[in-house]
Amino acid sequence: MQVHELRLPLRAEDIRKLKEGDKVLLSGIIYTARDQAHKKLIELIEKGVDLPFKLRETAIFYCGPSPKAEGKVCGAIGPTTSSRMDGLTLPLLQQGLKVIIGKGERSAECERQIREHGAVYLTAIGGISAVLARTIVSCETYLWEELGAEAVYRMELDRLPCYVGIVGD
Amino acid sequence: MRYLKAEDIQKALTQAICQISYESDPKAVERMRTAHEQSNHELERDVLGAILENNELAAIDNIPLCQDTGCTVIIAEMGRELVIEGATLQEIADRAAAEAQGKCPLRASISYDPLFRRKNSGNNSPAIVHIRQVEGKRLKLKIAQKGGGAENMSFLMMLSPATPLEKIKEQIVQRIVESGSRACPPLVVGIGIGGNFERCALLAKEALFEELGRKHPDEHYAALEQEILSMINKCGKGAQGMGGGLTALAVHVLHEACHIASLPIAVNLQCHAHRHVDIEL
Ligand code: SF4
Repeated sequence: MQVHELRLPLRAEDIRKLKEGDKVLLSGIIYTARDQAHKKLIELIEKGVDLPFKLRETAIFYCGPSPKAEGKVCGAIGPTTSSRMDGLTLPLLQQGLKVIIGKGERSAECERQIREHGAVYLTAIGGISAVLARTIVSCETYLWEELGAEAVYRMELDRLPCYVGIVGD
Repeated sequence: MRYLKAEDIQKALTQAICQISYESDPKAVERMRTAHEQSNHELERDVLGAILENNELAAIDNIPLCQDTGCTVIIAEMGRELVIEGATLQEIADRAAAEAQGKCPLRASISYDPLFRRKNSGNNSPAIVHIRQVEGKRLKLKIAQKGGGAENMSFLMMLSPATPLEKIKEQIVQRIVESGSRACPPLVVGIGIGGNFERCALLAKEALFEELGRKHPDEHYAALEQEILSMINKCGKGAQGMGGGLTALAVHVLHEACHIASLPIAVNLQCHAHRHVDIEL
């Protein structure tokens, strides 16, 4: 198993050297988005509004954090089931998204879209929040706070462990 | 008659919910530790290592085991000579779920309306409560915080009683294997057989609360549990679906009488974050 330490934004050659099953320790700024946030992001894209962050330079993490306890950097962090976002992924890829973090298999269709866009799908382990929390440098609500766990959070990662699930050629 | 105060039950419940949110079933952890030591599958060792580390860090760092801190499920055995003063068990459970949500804190993961207004209740209430009346004066509560991933991969089948046993096993195993990593294996598999449509689902849930890896008292069902467990683990899906030999930690069956025309079977999956405890008041 090869281990890659990568910092966002990823360059095309960073992605090209990845193989399925490799381990990645990912650092940099990412944004969370689950079902509701995807719908809202896509609405913005369809309206032609610029998103408040550059998809090309970041990663989208399918994650709904739990609230922070007092004095903590973040609450419990972890991936949610990616397949719920299968039908919502293409518009983000078309806007330049290169890195997705989630849990579990993708549909054949979605897998093809990820490959075609030269993107990488990383799977994180579900149910290891305390381990992942140690890799979170900061975590703030960024958009749509009223959505609670479904809001968009901005996080800074320091070597978040994940594995390469799908990678574009 | 014995009288129990609603506040006392709520206090014990809140404490139990908080405790299990940070601690997996120790027997489940033990199984994963043994597999971690014995596995020669590199990815599986890596994944199991992270899960084991998580079980240690959760308590130290005061971070819940999983970001899906779950829905509170309670199966209550209530003595017929027991009176609860001040509130119904449902009200008490709802208050405890909300109290634990704020106190731990846990993620608010309950939507008021399942279909049209998927608005978060904001405090993890309501809880799901099942009550069974038993002899005596005691109140036993089996409590779980049940995550969405594993629950979503659970299923129910109304089979024909003529279905050959081999076919039944195959169908159960196939569905579990197909769920891949979505239920966060290694899994605990609860199987309810018999009863009727709704009872077999409840039996499957209750089977998850059995002592992990206990042997079924009926030899036929004990053999069935073992066979299904070994079939699941031969599939090679492994921890988190990343490959290896530990897809399930245990299979527990509970069975009950049923209609001569029916064979209801429900399978309730539980993820490696096996958060449950029994308390007695
Ligand atoms: S299935 Fe269990 S371990 Fe996986 S994300 Fe859900 S609650 Fe957490």
